[in-house]
Amino acid sequence: MSSVAPFLVFFVGAILVAVTSGVPRAIILLAIPVIGAANLLGTAPGVGGLVSLFDYTLILVYADKLSLLFGYLFHLAAFIGVIFSLHVKDRVQPVAAILYSGSAMGVVFAGDLITLFVFWELLAVTSVFLILARQSQRATQAAIRYLLIQVGSGFLLLAGILIRAWETGSITVEPIALEGLSAWLIFLAIGIKCCFPLLHNWLTDAYPEATPTGTVFLSAFTTKVAVYVLARCFAGTELLVYIGATMAMFPIFYAVIENDLRRVLAYSLINQVGFMVCGIGIGTALAINGAAAHAFSHVIYKALLFMSMGAVLYRTGKINGSELGGLYKSMPWTAGFCIVGAASISAFPLFSGFISKSMVLTAALKEGHPIVWLALLFASAGVFHHAGIKIPYFAFFAHDSGIRTKEAPPNMLIAMALAAAICIFIGVYPWPLYSLLPFPVDYAPYTAEHVLTQSQLLFFSALAFVWLNLTHLYPPELPSVNIDAEWSYRKALPAIGLAVLAIGRRVRAVALRTATRVLRQIHAAIYRQSGPQGALARTWPTGNMAFWTTVVLAMVLILSYV
Amino acid sequence: MSSVLPHLPALQVVVPLFGAVIAAFLRRGAIAFVVALAVTWLMPVIAATMLWQVIETGPISYAMGGWEPPWGIEYRVDLLSAFVLLLVSAVAAAIMPFARQSVKLEIDESREAWFYCMYLLCLTGLLGITITGDAFNAFVFLEVSSLSSYVMIANGLDRRALLAAFQYLVMGTVGATFYVIGVGFLYLLTGSLNFVDIADRLANVGPEQFSAMVAALAFVSAGVGIKLALFPLHAWLPNAYAFAPSFATAFLAASATKVAVYLIIRLYYSVFGGAIDYAALPISEVIIVLSVAAMFIASAIAVFENNLKRMLAYSSVAQIGYVTLGIGLANQAGLTGGIAHLFNHAVMKGALFVALGCVFFRVGSCMLDEVTGLGRRMPITMAAFAIAGLGLIGTPGTVGFISKWYLAQGALDSGSWLLVFAIVASSVISVVYIGRVVEVVWFREPTSKAVIEASDPPLSMLLPLIALTAAVVYFGIETSASAGLASRAAEILTGALATGVPPPGAPQ
Repeated sequence: MSSVAPFLVFFVGAILVAVTSGVPRAIILLAIPVIGAANLLGTAPGVGGLVSLFDYTLILVYADKLSLLFGYLFHLAAFIGVIFSLHVKDRVQPVAAILYSGSAMGVVFAGDLITLFVFWELLAVTSVFLILARQSQRATQAAIRYLLIQVGSGFLLLAGILIRAWETGSITVEPIALEGLSAWLIFLAIGIKCCFPLLHNWLTDAYPEATPTGTVFLSAFTTKVAVYVLARCFAGTELLVYIGATMAMFPIFYAVIENDLRRVLAYSLINQVGFMVCGIGIGTALAINGAAAHAFSHVIYKALLFMSMGAVLYRTGKINGSELGGLYKSMPWTAGFCIVGAASISAFPLFSGFISKSMVLTAALKEGHPIVWLALLFASAGVFHHAGIKIPYFAFFAHDSGIRTKEAPPNMLIAMALAAAICIFIGVYPWPLYSLLPFPVDYAPYTAEHVLTQSQLLFFSALAFVWLNLTHLYPPELPSVNIDAEWSYRKALPAIGLAVLAIGRRVRAVALRTATRVLRQIHAAIYRQSGPQGALARTWPTGNMAFWTTVVLAMVLILSYV
Repeated sequence: MSSVLPHLPALQVVVPLFGAVIAAFLRRGAIAFVVALAVTWLMPVIAATMLWQVIETGPISYAMGGWEPPWGIEYRVDLLSAFVLLLVSAVAAAIMPFARQSVKLEIDESREAWFYCMYLLCLTGLLGITITGDAFNAFVFLEVSSLSSYVMIANGLDRRALLAAFQYLVMGTVGATFYVIGVGFLYLLTGSLNFVDIADRLANVGPEQFSAMVAALAFVSAGVGIKLALFPLHAWLPNAYAFAPSFATAFLAASATKVAVYLIIRLYYSVFGGAIDYAALPISEVIIVLSVAAMFIASAIAVFENNLKRMLAYSSVAQIGYVTLGIGLANQAGLTGGIAHLFNHAVMKGALFVALGCVFFRVGSCMLDEVTGLGRRMPITMAAFAIAGLGLIGTPGTVGFISKWYLAQGALDSGSWLLVFAIVASSVISVVYIGRVVEVVWFREPTSKAVIEASDPPLSMLLPLIALTAAVVYFGIETSASAGLASRAAEILTGALATGVPPPGAPQ
């Protein structure tokens, strides 16, 4: 294998980025993903970059169709992100973004669990600077919470790896049966990064607080890295089907009532990752293909949506739906690209979501999970509501907020145009993507039945939104909706959903308060003992030191004689 | 050459002893430094040759003055002692070039030669403890190394160094006394002072004397426990390290506690190991509990410490906890982890304290709030600090990971996955205290004048730092020299343990 480890290109590039500025830096930034991609094209499937570490062999590069697919995807995402953030003057952000992208490559091509763990932690440590760079009190606090949870995930992962190595003697990244302590620890560690329900709060907490450009990178890597590792280690684990279905559904309710448009996108990110998790759980060739394909299209359209909202935030300084509106007059191109992203996430025919999401749905139905299928269908409709309509509508249309600003800078427009073009290209001509998928694809997205079902679904969703909006019933309340019988599940589920939501909100508030209080108390207790004036950290009188010696002696003696 | 080879064990101790005397007579700092440097650089050569001999032909026994053991004093070099000899002498040799500039800055010119004299005496004592096969001779060397280190610490610039040295003196004396009491019990029981001989005779001690044996074990544990700074007997250490001259801190942190750990391993495994079944005594549990307490409590204190030398000193207490944890686990993998961590921690802490010595040399302070933004001005020094810090955390690719890996495997071997969590979770605390420094030093703008005018120190200080930092990474990847030897030593040591044999005096 003549190529180098993919992460190396990024890490070396980051050093160059750190020492340059101005135009040379811009050129280096753009060159990194391009050189990386060229390097990846020369990477043959197989094992490379072996390093021996005591009794084990580390595999820095393990390439097969799945890892190569994610590799190409991440290079593409990094390239788009770099273009979008070319205007950033600050030195920390580009370096952190490149290191962060490189760490994602590191995980994807890791052939052993130790390498995987190293990049897993690097992913957390490098990305936190993209949140810190916002330089606000809120962002700093969110960044610290984010880092604690991410490092906690690494901690569980390492404990799991240590125990697994002891149990099996193997540190290879390979399918793991979900039984025993080590498997559950690893599963949980991935689950945190993957935003399993109840483990998801870090994402909706931190992503909206990052810089306009930072969120574009964040949205592309962390969760998708987790999805990738899940596909490597836990494909076909039935529990994932239900976890995925839950993930696809519950964020919808939060997204509908959320005002911060980037937080809406964060919730819809979890919802989309739910489809992938579900596909991995089903575990058939079609389902895994669907999960991988959906990850591909998702990264691009989600980046596009975050870019459009980032551009709005950059130009107006505002991101709450209630404060925006009417921006299509000032930012027509951004509005247009946003609509392309919205159409893709909603899975309109001829847009990228259409050709990937349905693979997972079809797989669910084929494998005898009709209820899961219904849940995912409901989730699709919900996505259209909050991401497909709400985002562009409140930002660019709705009531005119009176904000008049300039169109987004050229580099942002180019990045968005590129992403939008990819969304449409994949939607119209999916076969290049299909050929990259891990298993041979025997799936035709454009059947009359599929196009019809999807159009119907979208049409009725749109109808509901328009009707709710015209009658001023749209958020926060969602009263009983009179819809056709065949869509009645959409009536029952929102009602249940609302109740769950209310309970969830209350539980969340209480949990947050309690957690904060407990953490404060623990911190205070440790500080009392270990802080500079604490009993443990003060200089002890010599007598105390001698006293403890006798205590230890007595302890050993007494315990020995008893 | 062939006439020198058999006398290497004696030379290992005699050369630095005479070096100390010469340094004292020379009276001039610069010349004394040359003597100290020459002696220190000779030491790893001798140690490495003996290690090679041990690997090739087995343990070396050297009868001091021609008096055959067990009557005379025996110098005994086996795999473990050769390993520790090489460790101590190699780290000392690596740090030594750093001493010249640092000592010149921090020690009064008229005392420089005396300082090097004390350093050489301390080195003599530490190598002596490691090489001797005689319990009382070990006590003598323990005192030699301790007394000289009190003097070195008392020479610190800060006046609090005097109190620190005094407290260390009191505690060190208590420790040495306890050790002698323990040795006294052993002598009463066996009539011998030779480690190997004691071990042979202990195996035949009757059940009625079992309690005396346990008392001996308790006294040496508490005594040596003070010297190795086992929590809660660590209280002398933070101030001693914080206020001693930079060179003394770096040297002592990398060697003194390590040799004390060696002594306790020797006593537990080679002396008492054949006669006492540790499974039936609570001593392992006590050590494990204290080790885990050290790992968490000392790390937590380090998080809040503003004086970086004191922060690293508390981190040393925590790291010693990992070593003693390995000793307490008393199985092959655990002990391998403990011994490997002995090596790894010496390298890491050597690098970290040398880095702080460089900081003090340029900035005149080791307070965290006075080194803001120093990364921009002393990039090599602070990069080395960060890399060695990663080792302390236990990042894969550094030495810290290797020892923690073995420790975790040892914990699982003894059936305790809770200890695995303790090892990993306490590492997370070290992320906090190292990360705090890295953040202040690298991600903030320099504010104080001293920092703005600072630059990387002269090459004689920088090279030792780079060498030690390179070792942190090198031995984190190529582990046959450290973990490989540790594993073989652990195999021999655990093989000598009496397991499953009911202890004499225990109810049948």
